Amino acid sequence: MDSRAHVVLDDADIGRAIRRIAHEIVERARGSESLILLGIPTRGVALAHRIADAVAAIEGTEVPVGSLDITLYRDDLRMRPARALEPTTIPAGGVDDKVVVLVDDVLFSGRTIRAALDALNDVGRPSAVQLAVLVDRGHRQLPIRPDYVGKNLPTSLTEQVRVEVAEVDGADQVTILGEPQ
Amino acid sequence: MTSLVLRGVRPYGEDPVDIVIADGVIVDLAAPGTGDGEVIHAEDLVALPGFVDLHTHLREPGREDAETVLTGTRAAALGGFTCVHAMANTNPVADTAGVVEQVWRLGQVAGLVDVRPVGAVTLGLEGERLAELGAMAHSAAEVRVFSDDGKCVHDAVLMRRALEYVKAFGGVVAQHAQEPRLTEGAQMNEGELSGRLGLAGWPAVAEEAIIARDVLLAQHVGSRLHVCHVSTAGSVEVIRWAKARGVDVTAEVTPHHLILTEDLVQSYDPIYKVNPPLRSAADVEALRAALADGTIDAIATDHAPHPHEDKDCEWAAAAMGMLGLETAFAVAMSTMVEPGLLSWRDLAQRMSVQPARIGRVSTQGHDLVVGAVANLAVVDPDARVVVEPSGLASKSRNTPYRGMELPGRVVHTIHAGTPTVLDGALA
Amino acid sequence: MKHLLSAADLSRDEAVLVLDTAAELAAVTDRSVKKLPTLRGRTVVNLFFEDSTRTRISFEVAAKRLSADVINFAAKGSSVSKGESLKDTALTLEAMGADAVVIRHGSSGAPHRLATAGWIGGSVVNAGDGTHEHPTQALLDAFTLRRHLREGSGDLDGLRVAIVGDILHSRVARSNVLLMRTLGAEVTLIAPPTLMPYGVESWPCSVSYDIDTVLPDVDAVMMLRVQAERMHAAYFPSTLEYSRLYGLDVARMSRLPDHAIVMHPGPMNRGMEISADVADSPRAVMVEQVANGVSVRMAVLYLLLGGMKEDI
Repeated sequence: MDSRAHVVLDDADIGRAIRRIAHEIVERARGSESLILLGIPTRGVALAHRIADAVAAIEGTEVPVGSLDITLYRDDLRMRPARALEPTTIPAGGVDDKVVVLVDDVLFSGRTIRAALDALNDVGRPSAVQLAVLVDRGHRQLPIRPDYVGKNLPTSLTEQVRVEVAEVDGADQVTILGEPQ
Repeated sequence: MTSLVLRGVRPYGEDPVDIVIADGVIVDLAAPGTGDGEVIHAEDLVALPGFVDLHTHLREPGREDAETVLTGTRAAALGGFTCVHAMANTNPVADTAGVVEQVWRLGQVAGLVDVRPVGAVTLGLEGERLAELGAMAHSAAEVRVFSDDGKCVHDAVLMRRALEYVKAFGGVVAQHAQEPRLTEGAQMNEGELSGRLGLAGWPAVAEEAIIARDVLLAQHVGSRLHVCHVSTAGSVEVIRWAKARGVDVTAEVTPHHLILTEDLVQSYDPIYKVNPPLRSAADVEALRAALADGTIDAIATDHAPHPHEDKDCEWAAAAMGMLGLETAFAVAMSTMVEPGLLSWRDLAQRMSVQPARIGRVSTQGHDLVVGAVANLAVVDPDARVVVEPSGLASKSRNTPYRGMELPGRVVHTIHAGTPTVLDGALA
Repeated sequence: MKHLLSAADLSRDEAVLVLDTAAELAAVTDRSVKKLPTLRGRTVVNLFFEDSTRTRISFEVAAKRLSADVINFAAKGSSVSKGESLKDTALTLEAMGADAVVIRHGSSGAPHRLATAGWIGGSVVNAGDGTHEHPTQALLDAFTLRRHLREGSGDLDGLRVAIVGDILHSRVARSNVLLMRTLGAEVTLIAPPTLMPYGVESWPCSVSYDIDTVLPDVDAVMMLRVQAERMHAAYFPSTLEYSRLYGLDVARMSRLPDHAIVMHPGPMNRGMEISADVADSPRAVMVEQVANGVSVRMAVLYLLLGGMKEDI
């Protein structure tokens, strides 16, 4: 690992953040019958499943979980090589008139969420859309704000935030790389 | 007329001499530095008899946008040629005394090389009725070579009659050997590559079958046959067999068939589209060997100029043919002389003596001896030149050698005692 | 990748990427909103020098589902039929700002010329050239095979496919032999020897003149269109003899293993290479091939145009 990298959240911190987000979602939803969690690939999907597990532990109800790939809706497609698509899976019953919680690992410029809102718009018409992120690192470029945040991490633009989750990376942790400005 | 001295030149690459030229003939082979007259420096250069091309398309009359007699003979002179045979597939076709005399006169006016018109075998190259071969032979152009080149005289009876008829005036039929039915819509050599590229094949057998028939016909009627642009190993075998049987057959090979292979077609760049098509590497090897052992008598360019738009298109729509006059010597040097397959004297045979004999051109193809007509190509064997299309004298640019570095350079050309090219430029 | 000219341009990973992408894009077809904004502002020109309504429409639907602007340029009735050259047509399209040109041309290699002659700067997709190649057809065939026989993922390793018919004149066969090989399938070409390309024995596939011995061992059979006019050029004596020896009828279809599927790139000559009851049987997947064609062409357009222009 980069010698300048330092861990800001370990697996216990992440577990606590997920449980707290689950509590807040349940509270806002006042029961979770119309709730759907849609993770944004890759790590957002793993986090969505964990939040659903936490909700189940709290409420004893199953929250449908899906994934929403936003690649085809990105506004920076021409700035990078064409990339492989990730799966989009919408739970049976669709998103119409449901409360959809988008789940992503890091909220940064807000462009990914803008793309996700566009993608969701083509899938159906939810009654409400909320946003849950594990880390909010600031530097928004669009008028987007999260409804549920695991941790606010003030960062400089020269730093990188790396989220690792066990399902994808083999371990849970959040690290910051690079020099603060 | 003052005399000219080629100072210190090496005839056939042998010991240096001063070649002294007066009144259009070689008058002396003097010790270096002793020849008297106007000096052309040629130290370390090789002197060869001026090249004679049996197969040139000058395009005039009819396609003056591609080439004219003037531009084509400029290209010829720069290539070391002192005589070219202008093919008959012009518009109108050179199938009457009138057309061949016109071409011959244009050559006289240009004054750079001897232009020997080739007469069509059949009217309009249609392959149905004989053209007036005798009238062309007895015209001012003194036609001796007859060919429907571009098309094959495929009717066996017509071919037999033509072979017989031209005996009366020492003519020869130069056959473009291509069985038409086997080559309908043909685009490239038929082989594994044509199958893969999805281009209709031009099978070797379409050439070989016609050559086999024609050598047997020539033997049967006791006539002289010349085979144009031999392109396959099988054709070489047939000709070798015929010569061994005593058939009066001669054959030519183009420079491009000595150096290029069908692999180039993979680019689908029509600059490589030519008829007969580029063949396999094995064919190229067989052609070089046949030229070396004399089975193939001559190098002939099949210089075929085409305007840019006829090549700057998709493969099937493109015209067939490539330039050859200005690069023929370099290709011969690269493929035959440098590898040691031909000596300088052998090369003189293949590019001058034999073609002149086949075309019955009495003033060409002389050995470099006192009394010979002074037709000379003076070449620098040590030079290496990168082919640059825009630097060519031909009106067209369809050379397949763009960017290729080739050995040898024609420095001076002397036609009937008059320099036509000096230091690589038109005199 | 900048162009798709030949199935041979694709490595195994690239081919699988196209198929995986197509699989994701196929899901869009099932939604009520069938459009994606991905290629908004990009221009795709369908340049068709041969009539092929089905291929042109397939590319048109694919481009439109990705929000590209589509210009259909058919040779008939245009300046092309008045003798305008491919080059001048290309220069015109370049001036109009075409990001991709989808070209169907009767001359083998025309897409290569378009891509390499320096006439245009955009991507070139070969939608069928002469008797050379038709790579997107091979991709949709591979996609269809994978759906039915490999559960929709990975490559086609070990799959056995027979291609039957006019191999000599078939761009579909050429592209399929190349792509199937890349994806690990084993191809057997079946045709009378007159309809085999010269040098076919050096192709990466098997060759047979007898359909009946091959069918029991294949997972899929692909029937190619055979034009009845070919008999006038002595490729076969009569349509009757052709269909008797090489056509797929119900009796012959019964020789196939139970899981095997029947494919045809269309348009079919019912009664010639395929009998009507085979064409309409549940084992025939022709309608699905058409649907898959749109997904595969969306994937190709996305992968060629979805990224940076410089990325090759």
